[in-house]
Amino acid sequence: MRKMLIWLPLVLFLGFFGLFASGLLKPDDRVISSKMVGRPLPAFTLPAAASDRPPLASSQLATGKPRLLNIFASWCLPCAAEAPQLMALKRAGAEIDAIAIRDARADVDAFLRRYGNPYARIGLDARSAVQIAMGSSGVPETFVIDGKGQIAYQHIGDIRADDVPMILDRLRSAQ
Amino acid sequence: MRGLLAVMLLLASAPALAQSALPPAPYADRQIDDPALERKARGLMETIRCLTCQSQSIADSNASMAGDMRSEIRQRIMAGETPEHIRAWLIERYGDWVSYEPTAAPILWPLWAAPAVLLFLGLLLLRARIKRRKRS
Repeated sequence: MRKMLIWLPLVLFLGFFGLFASGLLKPDDRVISSKMVGRPLPAFTLPAAASDRPPLASSQLATGKPRLLNIFASWCLPCAAEAPQLMALKRAGAEIDAIAIRDARADVDAFLRRYGNPYARIGLDARSAVQIAMGSSGVPETFVIDGKGQIAYQHIGDIRADDVPMILDRLRSAQ
Repeated sequence: MRGLLAVMLLLASAPALAQSALPPAPYADRQIDDPALERKARGLMETIRCLTCQSQSIADSNASMAGDMRSEIRQRIMAGETPEHIRAWLIERYGDWVSYEPTAAPILWPLWAAPAVLLFLGLLLLRARIKRRKRS
């Protein structure tokens, strides 16, 4: 027994070494998913973010038909990168509303002129309050809202071209 | 003249990877007038994790979202909400991840038990030592 104890520090060292090595080698996961998925959208009423689109309230998202809710900002580069994919989703029949985070109307107008405007309504969340209430941790994010106004799915980051069919599937299955 | 123009253009240009151009939220960088309430808000902000700069608390972070969260927390504290209620509200949205304060969840029981276990092992060691010394 005594003799065995002399190996204990080595065993401990190897144990910790393995623990740290596995922690260092594991790919970094910085995505924080919302715990609000599967729950009703928090109630909000936002002013209009763009000159030619109506404002957005949470009640308008429970229409019996699933919709997409895109969280974007004119100052966010990946949001510009995902604009063609949002246009493709709109062409495929998706109805898309949006919330512009910490934005100004002139900037949103310029952004939409430059990258296209797939949105039906755009609300302005100047203090990220609705974003925080939804458990969203950045821009861009896209939520699938089902017909009852519940959050059915959260897509974190920009929508790539090969994400489009998956998002359409989510939208269909959220009836 | 040309130099002046270049400087003016630089001032007017938007930084490429900018965060929002909007000014910070009203209570992002402004303390609550009542020091007792500010202390409460401060204590909470130091234990809420920033979503943008993930190894900082929102009290330390300059990210615009952290500023918005500080403002939200200060306004809620001023409206009479308790810090623990606000923490629970945030955990409901972002999970335990968002709070630096360990909870009493079963997965953390070993963490809470560790001091007692180590103390117990130390006492065992001490007892063995004392016994051995008495014998010699």
